[in-house]
Amino acid sequence: MLTWLVRRLIQALFVVLAMTVIVFIGVHIIGNPVDILISPEADQAERARIIANLGLDQPLWRQYLVFLNGALHGDLGRSFVFNEPALKLIAGRMPATMELAVTAVLMSVVIGVPLGLYAGLKPNGLLGRTIMAGSILGFSLPTFWVGLMLIMVFAVQLGWLPSTGRGQTAALFGVQWSFLTWDGLRHMAMPALNLSLFNISLVLRLTRAGVRETLPMDFIKFARAKGLSPARVIFVHVLKNIMIPVVTVVGLELGSTIAFAVVTESVFAWPGMGKLIIDSINVLDRPVIVAYLMMIVLLFITINLLVDILYTMLDPRVRLETKG
Amino acid sequence: MSAAITPPAPATPHPREETPFRRFVSEFAESKLALLGLGVFVLIALAAIFAPWITPQNPYDLAQLDIMDGRLPPGSVSGAGYTYLLGTDDQGRDMFSGMLYGLRISLLVGVGSALFAAVVGTTLGLLAAFFGRRIDTVIMRLVDLQLSFPSILVALMILAGLGKGVMNVVLALVIVEWAYYARTVRATAMVERRREYIEAAQCLALPWRRIMFHHLLPNCLPPLIVIATQQVARAIALEATLSFLGLGVPITEPSLGLLIANGYQYMLSGKYWISFYPGIALLVTIISINLVGDQLRDVLNPRLTR
Repeated sequence: MLTWLVRRLIQALFVVLAMTVIVFIGVHIIGNPVDILISPEADQAERARIIANLGLDQPLWRQYLVFLNGALHGDLGRSFVFNEPALKLIAGRMPATMELAVTAVLMSVVIGVPLGLYAGLKPNGLLGRTIMAGSILGFSLPTFWVGLMLIMVFAVQLGWLPSTGRGQTAALFGVQWSFLTWDGLRHMAMPALNLSLFNISLVLRLTRAGVRETLPMDFIKFARAKGLSPARVIFVHVLKNIMIPVVTVVGLELGSTIAFAVVTESVFAWPGMGKLIIDSINVLDRPVIVAYLMMIVLLFITINLLVDILYTMLDPRVRLETKG
Repeated sequence: MSAAITPPAPATPHPREETPFRRFVSEFAESKLALLGLGVFVLIALAAIFAPWITPQNPYDLAQLDIMDGRLPPGSVSGAGYTYLLGTDDQGRDMFSGMLYGLRISLLVGVGSALFAAVVGTTLGLLAAFFGRRIDTVIMRLVDLQLSFPSILVALMILAGLGKGVMNVVLALVIVEWAYYARTVRATAMVERRREYIEAAQCLALPWRRIMFHHLLPNCLPPLIVIATQQVARAIALEATLSFLGLGVPITEPSLGLLIANGYQYMLSGKYWISFYPGIALLVTIISINLVGDQLRDVLNPRLTR
């Protein structure tokens, strides 16, 4: 087990290192940031000074080593645009993204489980089939398109909800949050729903499949035969059994939700990390791009590692396989 | 690709004689919804291909645009005498024309990248299954690694490096998609390669390339076709998303996603048509492909006893 863990950790480390190379070299192929950042009126000496200041005159491998050294010390360079440490910039935007992503994931459970439960209990009813058809749409429609439609209906036509921004925020633990104020919640409603649509469909389908699988089982029949009320059978016996896979998948999806927030944040002008990275790519703010990509890659590698470890601990078959 | 699965129907005197292809067609036709999807998709594809002959103006010929006609609502009449069926955008471009031209780019990128990814993914999947051991480990490790990241993130990473451009988007989509093909083809090929006909071919000492592509590949086609259909829809949606974010196709070759992005700023002031109609075109395209894909999956899935 320990050898396996060490081997797995080294593997993860290697992937991270490979990613730094790919991201760094990749990001350095795009156009020359010198042309963007330095005003055309600047004279030759001024240009040279700024280039040297930004470290852009060094050969690529040396820039990489400087970057790697900095990364190890938690310094991923300064944003060309904001003139702030890239990591600090991203950390400042992170609460907005996290609150959106976590709300979206919670919404997917709150909306997805009841719908899936209904569709599983009445698979041939009109409503049940409509729910399933809707879930196909949730999978296949591009997120940004649904976001636009939400804005068109609820913000432009009906005027019920604000279309952009975070609204009023309140501080908790020194960080500004939208979910603490009514105005913030109103601002969050559409983006969170938009971001959760894919997960709602996923949870809904999992729940439905789980219900269909669980209903014919003996312990359900036994519970019914014991004379328990149908509500108790469904909400306690059935639901308890299907919640395990649902919770696992939802937990795993948190990473993807954070990644997909890029789209939702751009549509709703939600000032999170996702919007920051898109803006940064458009103005070629390299340190921010690199820092964001590194951070999210690290996040995913950590999630994958944790999942692997958890599976090994929970499933004896996996454990035996790695030993043998 | 379709030529490979549709053996030429022999001209038999008995029209009712069942060939695998006929059975496939009749099973596919069981779902009216799938037929509708196929019909709509063919219509969309034709409209995109023949766009220059259908549209009243060439939306990218600046001489034909009249900036005075900018942002007209649907049904307005142009200075040149024809009607703007779906209104105009901020440049005075006919949205109907712009949409069909955008559809061309979207379909080209979507279908092109899906086919390209199919070639790469299938080859690697077959190699992994056929040779096993080291090659299998390396390829499947790569697949696992890539599938552990969401597609949008991989595409974002690549486009952040390469910048905008139609070919760059195609490349990004190929890199995002090949892993799905590789995994599917490998799984099927692993089962097939233990069959007698492969053993027979090996006994005949046929070269491995011939066995792989002439014997193994045709028998892996059904799941491959299903995956390819789904991936076309996914590619079109992802391309639209990337272009909407301003990372996809350049402004000179706008796809549906970019058209939607261009109209986005006017939507809040009630000029909905600039974004809305390209959005509907995108939606209908994706849904029609998915309807066909779902039915193909049901028909070609050997596990479903029919």
